[in-house]
Amino acid sequence: MKKARKTAWGVEMRARASAGWLGLVLVLFFLPAASIAGVLADDRADMLFHRYEGGGVTIQGPSLLVRKKIAEKYALTANYYQDMVTSASIDVEVSGASEYKEERTQWSLGAEYLRGKTTYSVNYTDSKENDYQAATTTFGISQDLFGDLTTITMGFSRGNDIVRRRDPSTNQIDPTFKEPTDRWSYRVGVSQILTKSLITTLQLEVITDEGFLNNPYRSYRYVNPTDDRLFALAREIYPRTRTSNAVAVNARYFLPYRAAIHGGYRFFTDTWGIGANTFELGYTHPWREWTFDVGYRYYSQSNADFYADLFDRPNQQNFLARDKELSTFKSQALSIGATYDFLPNGWRFLKKGTLNLFYDRIQFDYDDFRDARFAQLPTTDPNFHPAGTEPLYSFGANVIQMFVSVWF
Amino acid sequence: MRRSKLFSLALAALVLAGCGNIEPWVKPYERQALADPIMSFDANPVSSAYIDHVFDAREGARGANGAAGGGCGCN
Repeated sequence: MKKARKTAWGVEMRARASAGWLGLVLVLFFLPAASIAGVLADDRADMLFHRYEGGGVTIQGPSLLVRKKIAEKYALTANYYQDMVTSASIDVEVSGASEYKEERTQWSLGAEYLRGKTTYSVNYTDSKENDYQAATTTFGISQDLFGDLTTITMGFSRGNDIVRRRDPSTNQIDPTFKEPTDRWSYRVGVSQILTKSLITTLQLEVITDEGFLNNPYRSYRYVNPTDDRLFALAREIYPRTRTSNAVAVNARYFLPYRAAIHGGYRFFTDTWGIGANTFELGYTHPWREWTFDVGYRYYSQSNADFYADLFDRPNQQNFLARDKELSTFKSQALSIGATYDFLPNGWRFLKKGTLNLFYDRIQFDYDDFRDARFAQLPTTDPNFHPAGTEPLYSFGANVIQMFVSVWF
Repeated sequence: MRRSKLFSLALAALVLAGCGNIEPWVKPYERQALADPIMSFDANPVSSAYIDHVFDAREGARGANGAAGGGCGCN
């Protein structure tokens, strides 16, 4: 009953938000076109190779992004992205399954239309894995105001996902399992020039999901005194709705000797009880044909209300989860990057070209997610720890991006 | 209720009145530093989309990441 009321409230809120959104779009559409028009971003193509390695997981693949203007009023973008995954993560190991491989392929197509100082955009993204499909449509609008000191942006996304499940023993798709998930996202942002050297942004985003929100392969664990490990596993149960709010401020400052520093903060909260803070700091330093970047990111979150590392008994409460993404943890990332401009004077139809190498080292430290592999060792092993006494889990990840960008 | 309506009207009037009179305090010819590529919030969209995805997939928080779009109106 409570859930039905909550869902009806959600539908009403979405209807109200949609009406408000439509109104704002109409108002902006009928604003008189200013005498000096805005501009669309330059034509460019990027070819990126990415690799993530950490926690027993390796994910790598290409991403190709092309952007082209037509008659200075329209722009088209296309992106092809691929993840090739090899995973023997702690979750896979604890479940007793063996290493698996899979692929995710994603296509995006977008269009922009510039009218005066207003830019309208639409984007469609389609992502496919053998056990997960996602289709997302995004609408956006951006308006320059007050002598171009201020830019207001608004966005709305609608996603429809289909969740499937592979049988871990046969690796075949379970034909009896097919669950939908619907997603709505509303964004508002303001970009503001404050001084000749300082620009700031403020963003808000509300996301609502409804449907099957579990990872269908994850399990929670509960105390089982008859087992040597003292625990047993059972399938997780999540709520079928989630609404989250995020607000972020970012600033970028130009230093007198031609370098830039930037900082950012994001506050996050959701209806599952997760609260999170993200802090970022970075420095950009150009030198001849080179540009160097260094950055630090700190993230911390509190756990979801229905998260526990070890439940006292099966079906202890309505919702049960042991996803480490829902636990209390912090992550810290250090990033360095170098960009080399190999076409400072252009070549034929190319205006500029850069080679880029970025490296991120990320460390995840969990406060209430234990390394259950220690409980799975033989009880005679000196490293054996019964469930609930294992060391806390932590892991480091290396992320590499190599890409070529050309402007034409 | 009536008071909140009046307040909203007053606020709207104030905001609309502001639209006509705000003088840009940073003139277009003073924006060369802001127009420098190193001042871009999203210099490499292909890279920022990827790294945002790396964090989104491993953390509970989501949304409001990346730049707000638009920019400094430098061009």
